[in-house]
This record gives sequence, structure tokens and C-alpha cells, in this order.
Amino acid sequence: MKEPAIRRRIIADKSFKTIVVLLAFASILPMFFILFFIISKGISVINWTFLTHLPKPVGEIGGGISNAIIGTLMLITVSIIFSVPVGVLAGVFLCEYRKGRFAYFVKLAIETLQGIPSIVIGIIAYIWLVLPMGSFSGLSGGVALALMMLPVIITATEETLKLIPDSLREGSLALGVSYPRTILKVVLPAGLSGILTGILLSVARVTGETAPLLFTAFGSPFMNFNILKPINTLPLMIFNYATSPYTEWHTLAWGASFVLVVFVLGLNLFTKVVTRKWKVQF
Amino acid sequence: MIEKGRDNVSVELRQQLGLLTDSSMEDFLVRIHRRTMAGWKFGLSESFFRKILYVAGTFVLVLLIAIFLSLVVASIPAIRHFGVGFLFGTTWDPVRGEFGALPFVMGTLFVSLLALAISTVFSLSISIFLGEYFRGGAVSAFITSVIELLAGIPSVIYGFCGLFLLVPVVRALEIKLNVAPYGVGILTSSLVLAVMIIPYSASIGREVISLVPSDLKEAAFSLGATRFEVIRKVVLPYARSGIFAGILLSLGRALGETMAVTMVIGNSNFIPKGIFSPANTLASVIANEFTEATGQLYLSSLVELGLVLFMVTTVINIFGKVIIRRMGMGDK
Repeated sequence: MKEPAIRRRIIADKSFKTIVVLLAFASILPMFFILFFIISKGISVINWTFLTHLPKPVGEIGGGISNAIIGTLMLITVSIIFSVPVGVLAGVFLCEYRKGRFAYFVKLAIETLQGIPSIVIGIIAYIWLVLPMGSFSGLSGGVALALMMLPVIITATEETLKLIPDSLREGSLALGVSYPRTILKVVLPAGLSGILTGILLSVARVTGETAPLLFTAFGSPFMNFNILKPINTLPLMIFNYATSPYTEWHTLAWGASFVLVVFVLGLNLFTKVVTRKWKVQF
Repeated sequence: MIEKGRDNVSVELRQQLGLLTDSSMEDFLVRIHRRTMAGWKFGLSESFFRKILYVAGTFVLVLLIAIFLSLVVASIPAIRHFGVGFLFGTTWDPVRGEFGALPFVMGTLFVSLLALAISTVFSLSISIFLGEYFRGGAVSAFITSVIELLAGIPSVIYGFCGLFLLVPVVRALEIKLNVAPYGVGILTSSLVLAVMIIPYSASIGREVISLVPSDLKEAAFSLGATRFEVIRKVVLPYARSGIFAGILLSLGRALGETMAVTMVIGNSNFIPKGIFSPANTLASVIANEFTEATGQLYLSSLVELGLVLFMVTTVINIFGKVIIRRMGMGDK
């Protein structure tokens, strides 16, 4: 074998590795740009007044985002109420009947549901709730978010319950405990941590959602505790203020972005830590 | 002793002695039974419980069908008015009541495919980096968690940062190239979108690459192949369809992505002329005009755009999932 041919192959090998490593590191750069930008612009805006006051009209400096924080929390609560019971039961269904043909179709439906673009979910909530009720409302926004949470919760429940060993359930049944009680008091509690993780993940997923809320929750400059009226949320506020031409509003949007990013990334990290700690093991 | 005297001792005496009478024994058992069954007063029968489970499962199926039907019903006025020509109409003019989807279909395709082309280079590198070169250890863990964080950032934040970080850069580039310096447009949205979809194709690509059997690779190494040759001739061909599925699934994401694109695409309802021109995608035009839509035809045309988006993303997603299932990657 000739020397130069081998050297060429080694050079090709080395340069390929260099390119891969460089590109891999290059693709995580945007993350640092975004974090740096959000932190440097946002942190100077954050103070107690910012968190506890309403936004001020154009031209006045100051103001805060209290209504958006409250609105975000309210919407999350509404969507949890709608999605968790159905989601957990459907997850139990998928786990219990996993061999059936019907369950296969349900699973396909869930995967399709997960892939629906968020803006289409917004249209659906508009058709189902906003049109009949005649006004934008927090309720319709909550339903839209619940539709987005549902597939995540169902999948998490199913995957967790599959891990619970049959011996546990058989032990319970052998003691004469009825089937419903076995599921509700033995199997579900054993998988509780996994299900909770799924719910946390789904909350983290929808907290930053804007598209489904554009024509459901709509946004509002006022504090509002009535879920039948338009409600402001952090992502909506960021969108509305960032695309406005006013610098005061841009400042508010940077502050709101900082709060949102801290909340969402915090929730993601928390879920990760908790997953490791609560891992369903047998 | 007690056993023997049991029958003789009167009920009163037994109560005084603290022993159980037959009837109080029954009470006692019932009490214990109730306590263990606490919170269980409805007497949920097995068949009823199974019915509830079935209802929950059916609900999800019905939900999906209802979503599809609602979209179809709400877009009937537009379908009836424009027919199939809706998809090929080149003008979108709400004032004159003329609605054609072609500008947005073109815009969506342009933006998504360009984003896909940009992101594939990077996501493939990450896949090879994590699936082949650094399969464990601190570097791999670091990159993995940064990528996960990248996937967790809300899309409105991407749009906001794109608007203030990327738009000035693109505008400067446009001035240098002597084209109209909008700053916003197809290139800007594709760049933002590319960053957003990297995590999806990267995580699938990494998985399929690390699934390549090591005896195949070792066989190639033993024949004297360099690592680059192994990757090019063994790993990538083996993982090809999985990588393709990852790209397909991230295309599904890109097509439906709304907020980030809406903020940097420039909202122009004309067929885009080049990569610097402002445009609109299916999702962004819905986001922009839905609340302002007056009149039934306008609104139902927008819903029909949503219906098109729904069907395209669904087909792409199912296709991608089928490929992945064939690869034997389970439910991931």
C-alpha cells in the first residue's frame, strides 16, 4: 500500500471529525445567544413593581405584568382540570387494552392529535367555544391548551403503567380486591410519580404557547379573574408588545420574556430532577 | 376454659366481660369491612369501570374526528365558493372577497424546506457527534441538555429574539447585496425555524445512529476502514431511513410553526419572489388575520387554510411514525 493514499484517508477522517464537532458546537450557540439576550435585556426590568402592577398605557414609563402572570396561572389551572382526568383514564385504557385493535386506533389518534399545529387547535377552540358563547374567553383558551396537553398526559400515563409489574396487580386480585379497586388503589398509586412527571411536562409544553390563545384567550390590558372574559397571558403579552412600535412596550416584553423563560426552563429542569428521583422502579 | 363456658355465659355477662356477642361480632366485621373500603361507597362494578375506561379511550378518537369535521364544516362556504381552485388561486384580497391559497402554500414550502436544508446539516452533525463520537461522558451530557433546553424555549421567544437579533443582521446583509432591505422575510424565518427544529431531528437521528449494531462497525474497522469511512459506508446507510423519518417529523413541526415565523416573515400576501422577499405561511396568515376577518367567506377561507395545514401535517407525521416503527425504535 502506498503511503500518500493512507495519509489522505487519515486526513479525511480527521477533518470530518473536526467538522462534525465544530457544527455540533455551532448549533448550540443560538441557545446561548438567546439566553444571554433575554437575561441582559430582561433582568434590569425585573423588580417588585414590575411583578405586581398592571401594564401602563403607551407613553408612560413603568408598569408591570401582574395580569399576565395571574392569567397564565389561571389558564394552566383550567387546562389541568380539563385534561388530567380524561388523560389519565385514557392512559389506563391504553395500558389495559394494549393488545386490542381498538386501542391501536386510539393510539394513532393520540399521535395525530400531538402533531396538530397549535394554530389549528386555536381555530378549533374558536369554533367550539368562542363562536357559540359570543366572546373571547379564558375558558376557550384553557380548553385549547387542554387539547395540547392531552396527548402528553395520555402517553406518559400509558408508558408508566406499562412498567408496573403484573405481580403487583395479581397479588391484589388474589387477595380478593375487585378489578376497579386494584387499578385505582394499587396500580395508579404505584405509577403516580410517572404520571405527575407527565403532567408537569405537559404544563411546561403549553405555558409558552401563544398561537392557540390568539383568538381564544385574546389578551387584555386589565386584571381579570373571570374566565368567561378575555384573559392576558405572558406569551400573548410578549407577542403583542414585541410587535408594537413602542420602546416602552418592548421593555415590558423583555421583562415578560425573562419571567416566561425562567418559568418554563425552571419547570423543565425541575421535571428532569424529579424524574430521576421519582423514577418508577420495581 | 372460655371456649367451654361460651354457651353458658349469658349475653349480658359476656358484654360485661368485654367479650363479643355474635351480633356485635357481626357489627365489628362490618365496621372493619367499611374501614378498608373507605371512600368506596358507590360500589363501582368491574363492568362499569371497564365501560368508563372505554369511554375515555373512545373520547380521544371522537375528539380527533370532531376536530376534523369541525374544520370541514366551518370551511364549507369557502369550499363551495372556490372549489379546488382555492388551492391554486394566486390572489388573496379580503377587500374584493377573492381568496386563493397559493401565496401561502408557496410561502410555507419555501420557508420550511429552506429551514430543513439549513437544520439538517447541523442536526446530522449532532446526531453523529452524540451517536458515534461521544456516546457518553460529560461533553455528551452537556450537549444533550443544551439541546433539550433549546426544545423547551417557547416559540414566541424565538420570534422575539429573531426580531431584534437576526433582523438587523439580515438587513445589513441585504444592504450589502443591494436588495430591498426589509430585514424580515423568508430567509430570516427559515433561519429562526432551522434553530427551532434542530432538536427534533437531532434526537431521532442520534437514536437511530446509536442503534447501528456494533459488529457491523467492528467488521468494517477490522478491514482497516477509518472512522470516517465507517460512518459514511456503514453507519449512515444503515440508519438512513430513521434519519429520513427524523427529518420528516421535523418538517411536520416546521410547517405548523406559527409564532416565531409570524413575527419575522413580514406578512405579505403575494407569491414570494426570492429568499429575501417578505411572505406569509399558512399558519402566519391565520395568526395575523383571523381576529380581523369580517364576513363568513373570509373566515371560512382562513379555516380552510387551517384544514389544509391539518391534513398535510397529519399525513407527514403518520408517514414519519410508520418509518420509525419499522425501524423497531418502539414508541419514541
